[in-house]
Amino acid sequence: MGNDALNVEHSSGQTAAVFRETQESEQFRRLKRKHRSFVLPVTAACLLWYFAYVLLAGYAPDFMATPVFGSVNIGILLGLAQVATTFIVTMVYVSYANKHLDPDAAAIRDRLETKEGVR
Amino acid sequence: MLHLAATAPPAAPGDPILNIAIFGVFVAITMIIVFRASRNNKTAADYYAAGRSFTGGQNGSAIAGDYLSAASFLGIVGAIAINGYDGFLYSIGFLVAWVVALLLVAELLRNTGKFTMADVLAFRLKQRPVRIAAAISTLVVCFFYLLAQMAGAGGLVALLLGINDRIGQSVVIAVVGALMILYVLVGGMKGTTWVQIIKAGLLIAGAGVMTIWVLAINGFNLSTLLDAAVEKSGNPAVLAPGLQYGLSDITRLDFLSLGLALVLGTAALPHVLMRFYTVPTAKEARKSVVWAIWLIGIFYLFTLVLGYGASALIGAERIAAAPGGPNSAAPLLAFELGGSVLLGIISAVAFATILAVVAGLTITAAASFSHDIYASVVKKGNPGPGMEVKVARRTVVVIGIVAIIGGIGANGQNVAFLVALAFAVAASANLPTIVYSLFWKKFTTQGALWSMYGGLASAIILISLSPVVSGGEKSMLQGVDFSIFPLSNPGIVSIPLAFFLGWLGSVLDRGTEDIAKQTEMEVRSLTGVGAEKSVAH
Repeated sequence: MGNDALNVEHSSGQTAAVFRETQESEQFRRLKRKHRSFVLPVTAACLLWYFAYVLLAGYAPDFMATPVFGSVNIGILLGLAQVATTFIVTMVYVSYANKHLDPDAAAIRDRLETKEGVR
Repeated sequence: MLHLAATAPPAAPGDPILNIAIFGVFVAITMIIVFRASRNNKTAADYYAAGRSFTGGQNGSAIAGDYLSAASFLGIVGAIAINGYDGFLYSIGFLVAWVVALLLVAELLRNTGKFTMADVLAFRLKQRPVRIAAAISTLVVCFFYLLAQMAGAGGLVALLLGINDRIGQSVVIAVVGALMILYVLVGGMKGTTWVQIIKAGLLIAGAGVMTIWVLAINGFNLSTLLDAAVEKSGNPAVLAPGLQYGLSDITRLDFLSLGLALVLGTAALPHVLMRFYTVPTAKEARKSVVWAIWLIGIFYLFTLVLGYGASALIGAERIAAAPGGPNSAAPLLAFELGGSVLLGIISAVAFATILAVVAGLTITAAASFSHDIYASVVKKGNPGPGMEVKVARRTVVVIGIVAIIGGIGANGQNVAFLVALAFAVAASANLPTIVYSLFWKKFTTQGALWSMYGGLASAIILISLSPVVSGGEKSMLQGVDFSIFPLSNPGIVSIPLAFFLGWLGSVLDRGTEDIAKQTEMEVRSLTGVGAEKSVAH
């Protein structure tokens, strides 16, 4: 029981059945697929990109010191690129979630809360 | 200005009275707000989660205020000023980490928990053992972080107020601790949040003004600024990685280990996780992280300019020789640019930073003790009416006193490693269990316990056997050497180990978990069905 107060009302087998049916429903499976197929690979890609940067800084300092604009070198640019990709991933995720995740989540939530009385 | 700086005594440039006065104004204003905000602190949801009534923007600012500690501001500016690029490299991990919080943790956690991290970890596993483990790890992380902040306050006093004797510093640490107790006791999460929001605004505005100032001196050209830093230091290597983390294969591996702890630990810091419960919905939790990412990202861009600016205008040698060493870079730069007034503002911001961070840590630790240990384990989910908040308030006082004593004791010790250790513990003890319970159906109680205790124990044992504790020039204990683990950051061993133990414990677990709870958690986490709503007053 993760949520004592929450769970008091629906420890009954009936509510458990509602959750099971929901989990097996096409809409929920689609929501779960769309969520995982975005967050898992994007998180992995961000972490790989970060550690590639850390490894370059550790083991290829001469490459990182290569000047590009004036004294601004590849190392500074790659560091700024890390900041930029973090901002970009944030914005892309927000628009993805608004468009592809929120509508299904809201529909399922409304159905369970109003029709099935799940709280 | 240059003349003034040259003739000022080396200890504490500027005017200590002015510094204290500006900090006093901050305390007075936030106190009024905290007292006004505290009128509705009746229930546990009010006290721990501010009635879940903050907006995403407010909460995101508070997260930034909670996360950007004095170590971030003074420490990173100083690291860049002295070691150049490696300070910048260090700062990047603190930002990239937020991607993990945004994508994997924030919303799912908001949908499945109520007050603490343990709510989520124990949701579909056996309550008592998992809650106890999660509470222990929460208290350990908060204690390490708190001790580092309080000890840092002592150093800051010497630097900014010119108080160099131990008794004077102890008094200031006690005053900071007492203020913090008052804020948290009276204001609860609402008061703490407002202190953090105001502090984030001041810190980012102060750093922003200094950044524009430094850029203006250099014709708004980053390359000119970098040239000036190279010229002053006489060392072109400050623009490339290597001065701090590239000295040997050990330091390179050590940094990799630190980076791992930073990017995986942030999304598992209990005081960060608890902030997600202060908003009404998962969507607002998402907005909070978006705000936090923008504010924190922009702030670290400022520190890049300020670090090289301090290097160019003041010089690494003078910074290293000043009281406070690298931590003095930002205050010295403020004095160089805007004289005593700007230094006073920046000093007040630095104190406000410590105050806001310790307040957030204290309410998190108190909530975990009261909600997870007292209400859920000791009273089996049925504390008497109002008892949970009462116990939380008493815990605040106890933690505050422990923090003051610990801070006075640790003052002058080399405890900077404690912040990195807190991230490593969070990444090892908390993150595997958070990720497994949200994403892996077959995760079990035994897996959670092995992972949490294994991650916690391995991180602490490895750090005790490392050169930060003994055997090195800057070790905490001098004169003994039992350092058999070569790295100063345990994450590279303890994090994979904790993930492995979580898997192994689960596949070897013969007890069956409640499939219905797993189903329920999955549906709730993704849809927000029945998630705690905001409290209407």
